[in-house]
Amino acid sequence: MEYVIIGNSAAAVGCVEGIRQRDAAGHITIVSQEAFHTYSRPLISYLLLGKTDEQRMKYRPDDFYEKNGCTLLSGRRAVRVDGTAHRVELDDGTALPYDKLLAATGSVPFVPPMEGLEQVKERFTFYTLADARALAAALEKPRRVLIVGAGLIGLKCAEGILARASSITVVDLADRILPSILDEEGAALVQRHLEAQGVRFILGDSVARFDGDGARLKGGQTIPFDVLVTAVGVRPNVSLLKEAGAQVQRGVITDVHGRTSLPEVYAAGDCTQSVDTVTGESRVLALLPNAYMQGEAAGISMAGGEGGVDRAMALNAIGFCGLHLMTAGVYDGEVYEKKDGSSYKKLFYADNRLKGYILIGDVQRAGIYTALIRDKTPLDSLDFELICEKPQLMAFTRAERAKKLGGEA
Amino acid sequence: MKRVYVNEKWCLACHLCEYYCAFANSGETDMVKALKDVAISPRIRIEQQGDISFAVSCRHCTEPLCVKACISGALTQTDGVIAIDRDKCVGCYTCILSCPYGAVMPSPQGAVQKCELCVNNAQGAPACVGGCPNRAIVFEER
Ligand SMILES: Cc1cc2nc3c(=O)[nH]c(=O)nc-3n(C[C@H](O)[C@H](O)[C@H](O)COP(=O)(O)OP(=O)(O)OC[C@H]3O[C@@H](n4cnc5c(N)ncnc54)[C@H](O)[C@@H]3O)c2cc1C
Repeated sequence: MEYVIIGNSAAAVGCVEGIRQRDAAGHITIVSQEAFHTYSRPLISYLLLGKTDEQRMKYRPDDFYEKNGCTLLSGRRAVRVDGTAHRVELDDGTALPYDKLLAATGSVPFVPPMEGLEQVKERFTFYTLADARALAAALEKPRRVLIVGAGLIGLKCAEGILARASSITVVDLADRILPSILDEEGAALVQRHLEAQGVRFILGDSVARFDGDGARLKGGQTIPFDVLVTAVGVRPNVSLLKEAGAQVQRGVITDVHGRTSLPEVYAAGDCTQSVDTVTGESRVLALLPNAYMQGEAAGISMAGGEGGVDRAMALNAIGFCGLHLMTAGVYDGEVYEKKDGSSYKKLFYADNRLKGYILIGDVQRAGIYTALIRDKTPLDSLDFELICEKPQLMAFTRAERAKKLGGEA
Repeated sequence: MKRVYVNEKWCLACHLCEYYCAFANSGETDMVKALKDVAISPRIRIEQQGDISFAVSCRHCTEPLCVKACISGALTQTDGVIAIDRDKCVGCYTCILSCPYGAVMPSPQGAVQKCELCVNNAQGAPACVGGCPNRAIVFEER
C-alpha cells in the first residue's frame, strides 16, 4: 500500500499514527513544503518568548519518520493532485503515485488588501517557524511593532515579542479583543491584563493606508512603527483539492472518517470543515487537537478501519502572560455567571445540556465541563449547583461515578 | 493493564494518598523533609462533600484525549502509561481543557503534572495505593 500525505503538521502526524495502528507495512510518503522536522505550530510564540527552543518544540521525536516507516520529502510542494491517475505532482516535476492520499495542507494566513502595504519594508505574518525566525531577526534591536489583528495569533505574537519590541500596538476592526472566542466582559478583562504588560490597543478602527513609516487609521490617528505583523486571520488551504474537483465550501468537505468526495482521497485538519457536535453545523474549526484527531481518524480509515468519532467542537486553551483562559462550545441559552477578582466564569446551557463556557483565571479541571458538552450529558442527571460551583465528579450520581472511576477508561 | 481504582465506600478522606503521592514525586528520600512545612501539590486529589469522599487521579485512558490534544507533543502514552515531558511542556493547559476527569493539573514548577503510576519515580508502584490505610485505592487489572 502506498500512502501519500501532503503536509507535515498536526493532521499529518495524526494520520501517520492512525495508519500505523492498523497497517505496519504500507509505505508512507510525506510531502512537506516547510523544510523542517514536524514542529508544534502554536509554539512559535513560546519560542520567541524563550519558553522553548527549536529542538524541544518538535511535535514528535527525531526518529519519528524512521520509526514509522515514512519518507519525508522536505521542502517539496505538491502542485497538482490527479484524482483519476492517482498521482500527486510535485514542484520538482516528479510525480508520486498513491493508493490513498491525505491532504493535510492546513491554513494560510489571510492578508487583506491594504493601501501601501507593498511599500512596508518589514512586514511579517505569524504562522510558521520561518516567520518566527524572521521576526526575531527583525527585532534584534528593539523596534516599534504594529500588529494588525487582535485575534489569537496576533495576541500570541504580542506576548511572544513583549520583551523584544520597544512598543507594541494592536489594531483591530472589532470593538473587542479575541472577538471569536470571548464575550465583551471577558475580553475587557484580558485586554486590561495585556495593557498592564505594556500592549497598547486601538479597537474599532482599521488601517486606511500605509505611508512613510506610519499607518494611517480610518479613525484619523497615525501610528508610527518599524515592524508590521499582519494577523487578521487564516483561511483553509484548499486550492489543491479544489482544483482536483473535490467538494469544497470554505474548507474541504469530508465525512467523519476524513473521506472527501474524491475516491481514495482524504483530508484532515485546518483545511477541512467539520460538523460541530454542539450545533450540528459544518464549519471550519482550525484548532490543533481537532487537526490531530481528524488526521488520526483519516489514517485509520485509509488503512481500512473506521476511525471517525463525532466530537469536533470549538475548544481553546490559551494563556497571556500568566493569565489563562479556556473557552468551549457555543454561547447560547441561559447563563450561569461567577466572578471574583481576576477570575471569571460563564456557563451557557440550554435544553438540559451544557452548550459552552468561558473561564478566565481559574481553569482547573475544566475538562469535566468540556466532557459534559461533548457527551451531551443531561444536566438534570447531575447536581446542578455543585457543577456550577466548580467542575467536580462529586456532581455526578454515585452510580455514574462508579462507572467513570471503576472501569477501564 | 493495571490501573489505580478507588472505592469511595472505603475512603476515609484522610488525604494520606495525597501525602504519599507528594512524597513519591518530591525526589526526597526522607518523608519528613519532603513534606514538613511544604504546600503539597499531589497528582491524586480527594473530592469531599458531606460524608462522601473519593480520590481522583489519571485514568490512563485507552483513548487519551489529553495526549491527542497536546499541542506540543509533551504528553505521550507508552505501554498504557500517560506521562508528561516537562521540558517540552509550555503550560498551555490544553490537556486540562481536555481531561474528562480533571486529573491533569498545573504544576508548581510550571508545566503540568499528572499521575504516572509512579513508574518515573523511585517508587516503582503507585505510592497512593501503598499508603491508603483502608484499601480504598487499589492497583489492579480490571
Ligand atoms: C501562533 C499560533 C498559535 C496557535 N495556537 C493554537 C493553540 O493554542 N491551540 C490550538 O488548538 N491551535 C492553535 N493554533 C492553530 C494550530 O496551529 C492549527 O490548528 C494546526 O497547526 C493545524 O494543523 P494542520 O496539520 O491542519 O495544518 P498546518 O499546521 O497549517 O500545516 C499544514 C502544512 O502543510 C504544508 N502544505 C500546505 N500545502 C502544501 C503543499 N501543496 N505541498 C506541501 N506541503 C504543503 C504547509 O506548509 C504546512 O506546513 C495556533 C496557530 C498559530 C499560528
